[in-house]
Amino acid sequence: MKPLKSNPYNLVITGVGGQGNVMASRVIGNMLSILGYRVTIGETFGASQRGGAVRSDLRISEDITFSPQIPKGGAHMIVAMEPAEAIRVLGQLGNPDVQVICNMRPIHSVNVISGEFTYPTEEQHRQWLSELSGRVWFVNTTDEAVKMGNPILSNIMLIGALAGTGDLPLDRSLFETVIAHWLSADKLEKNLAAFDKGMAMTMQ
Amino acid sequence: MSAILKGKKGEQRLLMGNEAIARGALEAGVQVVAGYPGTPSSDIIENLSRVAKDRNMYVEWSVNEKVAAEVAAAGSLAGLRSMCTMKMNGVHVASDFLLHLALSGTRGGMVLVACDDPNAHSSQHEGEMRHFAQMLEIPLLEPGNFQDAKDLIKWAYELSEELRSIIFIRSTTRLSHASGQVILNELPQTERKAVFSYNGFILDQMTGSVITLPIFFKHPQLQEKIKKAEQRFESCPFNSYTGPENPEVLILTSSACNLYSIEAVHLLGLQSRVGILKLATTWPLPKGLIRKHLQKVGLVLVVEEVLPFLEENLKVLAYEMASEIGIKRILGKRDGILPGFGEMSPSLVAGALAKITGAKLDQRPEEYEKKVAERVFFGAPARDWTFCPGCPHRATLWSIENVLQMDHRQGFVCGDVGCYTMGLSPINFGTLKTAHAMGSGTGLAGGFGKLEQFGMEQPVFSVCGDSTFFHSGIPALANAVHHGANMIMVILDNSGTAMTGFQPHPGIEKNAMGDIAKAIDIAKVCEAIGAKVRISDPFEVEKTQEILFQLLEEKGTRVLILKQVCALSPEKKGVKKFEMIVDAKRCLGEECGCNRLCTRIFHCPGLVWDKETKKARIDPILCAGCGVCASICPAKAIQKTPATSGKKEAA
Repeated sequence: MKPLKSNPYNLVITGVGGQGNVMASRVIGNMLSILGYRVTIGETFGASQRGGAVRSDLRISEDITFSPQIPKGGAHMIVAMEPAEAIRVLGQLGNPDVQVICNMRPIHSVNVISGEFTYPTEEQHRQWLSELSGRVWFVNTTDEAVKMGNPILSNIMLIGALAGTGDLPLDRSLFETVIAHWLSADKLEKNLAAFDKGMAMTMQ
Repeated sequence: MSAILKGKKGEQRLLMGNEAIARGALEAGVQVVAGYPGTPSSDIIENLSRVAKDRNMYVEWSVNEKVAAEVAAAGSLAGLRSMCTMKMNGVHVASDFLLHLALSGTRGGMVLVACDDPNAHSSQHEGEMRHFAQMLEIPLLEPGNFQDAKDLIKWAYELSEELRSIIFIRSTTRLSHASGQVILNELPQTERKAVFSYNGFILDQMTGSVITLPIFFKHPQLQEKIKKAEQRFESCPFNSYTGPENPEVLILTSSACNLYSIEAVHLLGLQSRVGILKLATTWPLPKGLIRKHLQKVGLVLVVEEVLPFLEENLKVLAYEMASEIGIKRILGKRDGILPGFGEMSPSLVAGALAKITGAKLDQRPEEYEKKVAERVFFGAPARDWTFCPGCPHRATLWSIENVLQMDHRQGFVCGDVGCYTMGLSPINFGTLKTAHAMGSGTGLAGGFGKLEQFGMEQPVFSVCGDSTFFHSGIPALANAVHHGANMIMVILDNSGTAMTGFQPHPGIEKNAMGDIAKAIDIAKVCEAIGAKVRISDPFEVEKTQEILFQLLEEKGTRVLILKQVCALSPEKKGVKKFEMIVDAKRCLGEECGCNRLCTRIFHCPGLVWDKETKKARIDPILCAGCGVCASICPAKAIQKTPATSGKKEAA
């Protein structure tokens, strides 16, 4: 078991209900569990199918079962499936050193659709994400996933992007080991391709 | 094969708290399982129902929690191990039976797992169930981590069979819906045969009749059981202490709060000064164990959710022991160092501990704190919950709202529990004006419907889901019909207990284990009760509104059943009935005079306002193709054509 950059290492997966957040956090959790780390995943499902914000807190440790909630300001990495949600999580868990991987395709909430709130421009989001983090990767996984035939593959691409940063000991074969349990063979190939595409987005 | 069946003794799995509980039930050899769905408890039965055939169990989603407790108790009284699951609301529903069952006693081991929802993540309140243990005199256990969530179950069955009493197990959202590693144990191979014995001596609860009387015999017998439970709790292997021999501060905690406490001590680096007593046995408290730890310390912090239940019971014991061990300072919710509402977190516990010990808690730089607050305000616009694209409830509430507004008599709608509760929020038309317990909308509407003699002239509706109808809507409707209440009950029949994951109910032709079941016809039930019944499809907006207008002209208790399958149901998910487009030539944008009805008021996430063209547009990824919006556009710019492909490609 490789030593972690921090013990615990606090990873957040955030997005909007229906984006595959829960599946992504389970896949990553199982990958790390195979490597022997202690993993706790905290999540609330309430909003998952009603357009609400959905957040999973992954606590990864060499020796301790940490709680399902990351303490205030305690995130090391935020994987955001939607830019406004990246900002929302930074509000609670961000700090000057946090790293962010952000899929830049916005999902407008009903409050925005109705005109009650204004959704920021992509430029604003890029600027704010940069100033509130130590490092940020802007990616367009939804667009790439649509090109591959299904927008839901975006979450798999983001797992690849997380692996690509090298911040955690995640790789393709580990991903394949975990995902093969869940998916039929015909879907496996597409998911592996999505993982590879994501990995290329953040690899140096 | 289901994840909870996989894995042999000694193997480690990453399991959700509810999966761990389900695996624990399998390892304990449970044969009968019944419950009513409710977040965060539903996954326990979801998991067990999938393996029912493999393990030769009987698993059902019961009509409500009281009946679920009765079905599970029957298993116990026939000598089998049985489990009953529900969210905390359900304990209130089942409590009448449980009050009796505590007195009558059980035979085969029986465990009731109830899941509380501190902070009301998926509830309309954050009331808790622990007080029921004390009130009904039923031993209470709480797992303090993921491994305990599995292993405590088997221990609970052994205790249940020793005491011949039902045992409560309480979990919370942050344990039930969080995941952690669990080491598996073996699954038993033996099965018990079900026999109900009743020919023995009447006061012998194992062979005689199962009754609660006579009280002078049964109540002291129950209290003996509680004393025995307390003795067992003294050496319960799931109670554990971590920390220095003589701590400055002792944290007394249970459930997910144990994990927050461990983390708070870690955050502040107080491992050599603060000890944690994790209690799995939270009622009755084990007096000896408490004394052993209290006498070594002057100050105790109780960390729990939501009300000061442990704190108050600890204070009673501390008072009783004061002459031997001296007066202790016990902090928690009553003095306000921790809040008496909402859920706990590592930061909250660390904050309290920092105050007590003077330890310093690292904070974010002030400049960052200021900047991030500003960016969240502008950068993360609110994301209120709303009905899914293609949800029948949006169409239903849209029709009711419009009809009530045109009726001009200040009519209103009483709601209850389900996705449609979101109709309270202004973003979902704000049509619901009351929302309480299961079936309460209809009970309230029946009450309002009798206020004519005091001058009430407002028309009253209730909305009630199909699962809720069977759960507790039927008695409310019977009451309204019998008393001639003037009201309209709208039954939102979306073919399943949709909010919690589409569990079957008595109106569905399938049961929890996937077998064919007799479906009960809601319309026939309502007619048999004596209500006038109409049926419509909420997606047929004009027809539905016409019926609603007709119903408003009539008197008495009227029922409208609106049938349309939930957009997330397995058979419907990803299937588009219509391809929707906005004809840009017809959409007049801001000039139309409709005040952007489609996006500013109707609020379907699949319909967006294009800032550049200043016209409405369909989001093809989110749109479910229900076709409802075509009927709301005054310019007829939103158009539907039957979809050809049908299903979106699956991932």
